[in-house]
Amino acid sequence: MDLDPEGLFRDDSDSESEFYREKDSTKEFVVYLVDASPKMFGAARSDEDEKPETHFHAAINCISQSLMAQIIGRSYDEVAVCFFNTKEKKNLQDLNGVYVFNVMDRECLDRPTARLIKELSYVEDTFMSNIGSRYGIVSGSRENSLYNALWVAQALLRKGSAKSVSKRILLFTNEDDPFGSITGATKTDMIRMTLQRAKDTQDLGISIELLPLSWPDEEFNVSIFYAELLGLEGDDISQFLPSAGEILEDMTDQLRKRMFKKRKVKTIRFSIANDICIEVNTYALIRPTSPGQIMWLDSVTNLPLKTERSFICADTGALVQEPHTYFHPYKNEIIKFSMDELSKIKNISDGQLHLLGFKPLDCLKDYHNLRPSTFIFPTDEEIVGSTRIFIALHRSMLRFQRFALAFYGSLYHPQLVALVAQDEITSSSGQVEPPGMHMIYLPYSDDIRHVEELHMAVDANAPRATDDQIKKASALSRRIDLKDFSVCQFANPALQRHYGILQALALGEDEMPEIKDETLPDEEGLSRPGIVRALQEFKISVYGENHDQEEANTAAAKGSGSEASRKRKAMAETAARESASYDWADLAENGKLKDLTVVELKYYLTAHNLPVTGKKEALISRILTHLGK
Amino acid sequence: MARNKEAVVLLLDVGPSMHSVLSEVESVCSMLVQKKLIFGKSDEVGVVLLGTDDTCNELQKEVGGYEHIVVLRNISVVDGNAVDFLQNLPRGNFRGDFIDAIVVGIDLLIKKFGPTNKGKQRICLMTDARYPIKAPYEGTKEDQVNTISQMMQTHGIRLDCIVIREKLPEADLRVMEENDNLLDQFSRKAIAKIVHVDSSTSLLGALKTRNISPVTVFRGDLELSSTMKIKVWVYKKTSEEKFPTLKKYSDKAPSSDKFATYEVKVDYEYKSMEDPDKVVPPEQRIRGYRYGPQVVPISSAEWEAVKFKPEKGVKLLGFTDASNILRHYYMKDVYIFVPEPGNKKAIVAVSAIARAMKDMNKSAILRCVWRQGQGNVVIGVLRPNISSVDNIPDSFYFNVLPFVEDVREFQFPSFSSFPSSWQPNEQQQEAADNLVKMLDLAPSSKEVLQPDYTPNPVLERFYHFLELKSKQPDADVPPLDGSLKRITEPNPAVFSHHKSVIDNFCKNFELKENPKKKKSSKRAWRGKPSTFSEKEEGVDGEASDIQSSNLMKDSSNINVEKIGNLNPVQDFEAMMARRDSSKWVSKAIKDMQNHVSDLLENSYDGDAYSKAIECLVALRKGCILEQEPKEFNRYLLGLYEKWKDTDLANFFELLSSKSLTLISQKEASDSNVTEEEAKNFPVKTELKF
Repeated sequence: MDLDPEGLFRDDSDSESEFYREKDSTKEFVVYLVDASPKMFGAARSDEDEKPETHFHAAINCISQSLMAQIIGRSYDEVAVCFFNTKEKKNLQDLNGVYVFNVMDRECLDRPTARLIKELSYVEDTFMSNIGSRYGIVSGSRENSLYNALWVAQALLRKGSAKSVSKRILLFTNEDDPFGSITGATKTDMIRMTLQRAKDTQDLGISIELLPLSWPDEEFNVSIFYAELLGLEGDDISQFLPSAGEILEDMTDQLRKRMFKKRKVKTIRFSIANDICIEVNTYALIRPTSPGQIMWLDSVTNLPLKTERSFICADTGALVQEPHTYFHPYKNEIIKFSMDELSKIKNISDGQLHLLGFKPLDCLKDYHNLRPSTFIFPTDEEIVGSTRIFIALHRSMLRFQRFALAFYGSLYHPQLVALVAQDEITSSSGQVEPPGMHMIYLPYSDDIRHVEELHMAVDANAPRATDDQIKKASALSRRIDLKDFSVCQFANPALQRHYGILQALALGEDEMPEIKDETLPDEEGLSRPGIVRALQEFKISVYGENHDQEEANTAAAKGSGSEASRKRKAMAETAARESASYDWADLAENGKLKDLTVVELKYYLTAHNLPVTGKKEALISRILTHLGK
Repeated sequence: MARNKEAVVLLLDVGPSMHSVLSEVESVCSMLVQKKLIFGKSDEVGVVLLGTDDTCNELQKEVGGYEHIVVLRNISVVDGNAVDFLQNLPRGNFRGDFIDAIVVGIDLLIKKFGPTNKGKQRICLMTDARYPIKAPYEGTKEDQVNTISQMMQTHGIRLDCIVIREKLPEADLRVMEENDNLLDQFSRKAIAKIVHVDSSTSLLGALKTRNISPVTVFRGDLELSSTMKIKVWVYKKTSEEKFPTLKKYSDKAPSSDKFATYEVKVDYEYKSMEDPDKVVPPEQRIRGYRYGPQVVPISSAEWEAVKFKPEKGVKLLGFTDASNILRHYYMKDVYIFVPEPGNKKAIVAVSAIARAMKDMNKSAILRCVWRQGQGNVVIGVLRPNISSVDNIPDSFYFNVLPFVEDVREFQFPSFSSFPSSWQPNEQQQEAADNLVKMLDLAPSSKEVLQPDYTPNPVLERFYHFLELKSKQPDADVPPLDGSLKRITEPNPAVFSHHKSVIDNFCKNFELKENPKKKKSSKRAWRGKPSTFSEKEEGVDGEASDIQSSNLMKDSSNINVEKIGNLNPVQDFEAMMARRDSSKWVSKAIKDMQNHVSDLLENSYDGDAYSKAIECLVALRKGCILEQEPKEFNRYLLGLYEKWKDTDLANFFELLSSKSLTLISQKEASDSNVTEEEAKNFPVKTELKF
């Protein structure tokens, strides 16, 4: 529902949505190409008691998760899931060892549907019986399942022009040497063919990405074969980190991260000093996810409705063209502004980021925040040398614990920003924090409120905690410590519920899914004796021994004491008494309610706890509704 | 009478030492009144000046004294005149006594309101408090302040005081210290806030120009556990002041209609796809949610039945090391948790936890549901806010954190994995170190551009323009004020002060445009999504002009080596200006000539003429400057010879109309073309060389 298709005039609320919406002009077509050889089904982790986890499981898991995210966020993208090294075959070219997975009402490469996700997540249960697994490249046969798989994937991606659509093949495998089992001329021949196939595919504008899975004790060696297939050279190979990890979960995590296609918001110039101006890309790493846009449907046919907008002159009622003039009432006058003038007012800078200087990190207060931050990372694409300067500044800022103050002159929302350098942080599950700078949008003086001054005590100091009380609080905080808290460990229960319901409805299920709310406090943990004791000690220290008793007393006193509540109570009683003396059903039946006064009508409403606001007609209709007429 | 109506008396020092900042005082005060004209029409404003040449106030008439204080405007409901008064403050030549002025201000308020309107009266003093105040007739100055504070407290008057001191050449430190102590005494004895500012930019941001009545987001228990709760009130600490929403204008109303609103209503109609003429009534509409290719219809009643409904409450999940929560995860505007006012136990409990957190460098994680019926939960981080003022209790700041769904875990290459040509060497790193160290905006705790005192330049400009337009409907958008430029651009004073550091930095790093990327560069130069810029260009010629002038600035930053198609003029100028080798001038001229020829050759129906003319103008100017008139003249004549008989001939007529002639001897002595001959070009071309 684009209400301002020209995008010429946007007020703040619009630009806000622009800020939060990810800009994506291109669609994406993805073929997930999953190796299904027996090696993929080998146990990647030998747990004694649990069911062994397989690489195949990890791959399917990642794909399901990413489809789930995609169906909500980017449902126009199209996907296909394709297995290779299978017993059965199912593909248009009728090639051996390749199985294109699909469900009803869907083409092979199509938008993901609820059914696809559901059936894919259960595919393992029936995989062996329905599709089957075997090595596709064995000595003595000229079959080349990898070649076939690339061919099928390329054929699937034939639709759509490479200009408007970004096309990708994501290859999941744990075999770093697919032609290891054969030797001699056949081998060189098959390798040559496969590489040629891959090259042809890439020439068509399809990118091939490898998501290797490796064994804990044996790293996936990309240089054996795949480096050449992917076109990696020199430094690229060393940069290519295979997903390895002691724990398969970590690996799943890494794969999931790698499956994302990085989308930049835009490229901006960062002017540092008189004649030094580098280029950086901005990324929206953190943005609130909303339940998605709604569309209006006709409840009879369930077909979408078309929204039409018309402009009506409030004075004459005449239909007008969309006006290009705006006004603001001021001093009893109408001050008119053209769109041109408005954009000039807002245009106070040139779209660049201007460095103003540096400040120590502690100048950035906790309340200096308005919106989610934006990540910036240098690019040498247009201006060679940008990255070098960025890295130098980044290092110096980290070394001196300083942030850069800059003015970001974007056209919609020019703002002062703090650029905080973030060093790279990695863990066993890969990169946790990327290196770069975070752009934090700072408030202006008008955006900051001095609420604490509202309740300023005059001529008296506010009570402060004593050292003992602080000590008790410290003890408490040591007790209730979330050791490895990480910022985004919680799923949003409201969203989970929302999507859960949608999925159930989309699949036509009756059962509504139960979503666990992970955000509730750990009651069990909090009732551990150590914590209970610490809490009790703190409570006595700040509230005194008899706090609960005192509270109860004041509450009791309030219940009977407060004048307003007594008055309210009395009123309700009167109303109930008065109301009882009318035969409301009869009055309503004979249309006599309108003969009563507003005061009389209100007796009924008050007695039944209904709102008493509005005109007489509103009161009457409210009574009628309540009576069920 | 409006409930929140407020009365303000502005006490403005217009004495000699204030003259340098008076224009900012004028603009911040008129902004205050302007916003009242829009958001608080029944608020009242009075203006008192101190340090004036004359004296005019009732106290002087009644009891004598109180000299050099003028009541410019008695307390009355805001109107346009107030803005006019404030924009044209007289400059005084005397040293005003700010204590006297406060008394005059209080007197005005008491006479106007008596015992009513308590707590909604404010005195706003702007002074540099640089000169000693008179000794009182009896008692000490401190006693006098005490008496005044007492009076302010009884009448519920608050004092906001802004002390402006830009630079202190020959100031008397002792006097200023005494004055500051006196003012601080107000903040202890009465409700008063003293703010010190040291630049005109922060002066613009120091005064709250708009009153927003604070509303609690939540009042209730902060639950540490089911048995230990603290009573708190939650407010917004930051909330963006938006650009005012303007109404769409309709000119259809007849001029005779006095009550015309000129508004335009927007009406939405929902029509069915099958029958475009049929309007679907609201009760027949149902919400559809997209799920892949499917759209799932859910009525609001159904939705209500199944949706997530958490219980209201603010619960502690636990404490964690502050370092576990990086600053960039803060998602939204900020809340503040204050202990329930007047509740001593709550104040102490909050204070104890806040101080413990501060000492141990911990943060607390909370789960909040502010209202019953709210459809989502908020996870956020609680940070201690230790009060620096004795009569304000300790409190917490609360920042919302993202959920798993809100984070995109893009992977970026490590800096260490970049090729060595992208890594800074030792010398470069040192230059960067020096830049970061020296370009300091917070030297010895005198921080500039603090968000708390930095005005929003866009809003400042809008309100300024609004006022201007009310007087002059056809006024142009004024340029950005100098004080506001300190926000949007680096301060030249700071940069020139550290010139050597900056020069060293610039010298150490070299930037050049990626030659392979020339074509696509257009997009990036603009620094915004191309889709938008194209749209804007179509209608908004002005804006794109501004853009292109920015472009010029950009590329002169890098050493231009050839003339591109995008900004030939600017490339040309940059090349001509290069001083590292003399070859650039001749190369620039040569390149530009080729460029113009190309333009003309590829021109269709004159579409490239304007561009070509632009280039020729630049070329001509450049040739005059560099004393190369022959180059230009030869080229121009060559052009003429080549194309005079083709359909490009009309281009040359255009040239003379733009007075683009040959360069005459008068303009450049090396030329052998007389002024006369130059003028006659291209009509008379039989010149011999």
